[in-house]
Amino acid sequence: MSAWHDETIDALRGAMARGETTSVRVTEQCLARIEAEQPRLNAFITVTADAALAAAHAADRARAAGAAVSALHGIPISLKDLIDQAGVHTTAGSQVRRDVVATTDAPVTARLKAAGAVLVGKNNLHEFAFGTTSDDSGFGGVRNPVDPGRSAGGSSGGSAAAVRAGLSIASIGTDTGGSIRIPAGVCGVVGFKPEWGDIPGDGVVPLSRQLDHVGPLARSVTDAWLVHETLAGRAPAANAQLHATPLQGLRFGLLDGYFAQRVAADVRDRVADAVAALERAGAIVEPVTLPHAADVGPVYLQIVLGDAAAYHAATLESRPGDYTPPVRLRLEMGRYLLGEDYARALVGREVIAREIDAALAGRAALLCPTLPVTAPPVGALTVPVGDGEEPVRNAMLRLTQPFNLGRQPAVSLPCGLSPAGLPVGLQLVGARGGTQALLQVALACERVMAPAR
Amino acid sequence: MTVDRWLTAALADAERRGLPELKPLLQGLASSITALRAADWNERADDAGASEPAAPVPPPQEPR
Repeated sequence: MSAWHDETIDALRGAMARGETTSVRVTEQCLARIEAEQPRLNAFITVTADAALAAAHAADRARAAGAAVSALHGIPISLKDLIDQAGVHTTAGSQVRRDVVATTDAPVTARLKAAGAVLVGKNNLHEFAFGTTSDDSGFGGVRNPVDPGRSAGGSSGGSAAAVRAGLSIASIGTDTGGSIRIPAGVCGVVGFKPEWGDIPGDGVVPLSRQLDHVGPLARSVTDAWLVHETLAGRAPAANAQLHATPLQGLRFGLLDGYFAQRVAADVRDRVADAVAALERAGAIVEPVTLPHAADVGPVYLQIVLGDAAAYHAATLESRPGDYTPPVRLRLEMGRYLLGEDYARALVGREVIAREIDAALAGRAALLCPTLPVTAPPVGALTVPVGDGEEPVRNAMLRLTQPFNLGRQPAVSLPCGLSPAGLPVGLQLVGARGGTQALLQVALACERVMAPAR
Repeated sequence: MTVDRWLTAALADAERRGLPELKPLLQGLASSITALRAADWNERADDAGASEPAAPVPPPQEPR
């Protein structure tokens, strides 16, 4: 039997159109994989097997009847469990919401259903999306399919693990400081954070409404594009294609300074290989710096802590014991902020955003590692970087969060493996208003870089 | 409020609320606030040219 659960959307849509497989067959394989891998990976909080099979049968009937179908028709997809699906729990990975059942679909969920996607379940995550490892979930931590002794990244860790392990073909995650790109990077899949505002965040449990982004985790750039277009309300036709931008003569900015300091050697080497591959294909890669990059952390922290504290204040008072202790403490920190510092951070955000925009002028994309390290061991509090140790959260976030402040689209692509066999991610950042252009460039990069598997 | 005074008050409140494990996080946050307040985009009421916005960055150009 073919392993359809390991295929891309791009391959499956063709195979379904040619009658080589069906949505029911692919969905059954994904559900079997979930059952087999859940004890090892804990990638799901809720599995909607019966509803998924019903949707798959309906998708096959519609196709057999000759209905016009979209690219996602009949494709098994999972949702990070902070996105509402009517009639299904939305726990946000927390016991605080263990009894909350969504009454309506989030707009992104409704768009997936309208496109014929088969929703197989809700993925585990770092509690309330407030962490980078997915170790701290009210439903137990997520493990990395590449090495279950390692973090799956976070906060969309269950989504990345599911896509990597063949439990769903793609997943919908959210990204407030890197929570799509980080798990994609450490699990060896593609993670795309769209431009802020591109995808509606209604019906999605927030961390910080002004930094949150909804987007896909997938197995290829084309798949990420197909899902993104659907989430944006532009469901692609069954045969829609993303066209790669020729790399010959294309200019890239390789982020230097803050982005190149304190990067582990195994990550630095794989990113250098990727850059060399782009240059061999004719791309022009030149160093570029962001003058205020070192201020990203203090700016980001004020905004995310303040916004999260506002959302959680009532339940921190009424149900503190229902939070995991690390997440509760970080949320409590936000209750001590001063308005004057939050205001300073809002100004700093715009300074940083404009610096990123300026660095992109005349360039197809900015390049840097997605993370400065590979997947840390489960439960690690610090990771070795260069000559010293760095807190895991800081290390995992610091190369992705600038582009949440800046609102630019950014995608993490697998760019090879460390000597220990752990995936390394390359991040490409595009201009605001240039989502399609970024993904066309990313597709070209994907074709010349080493596969991560 | 100075960062030192803020931190003293925050640590005392964390102790009063029975959250001593919050103290190292608040000390880290104090360092972050100090860095934020030192950033060169911050304005002061007694600055010359105080009506100028604090964003010395050229406007972005259209990417090729």
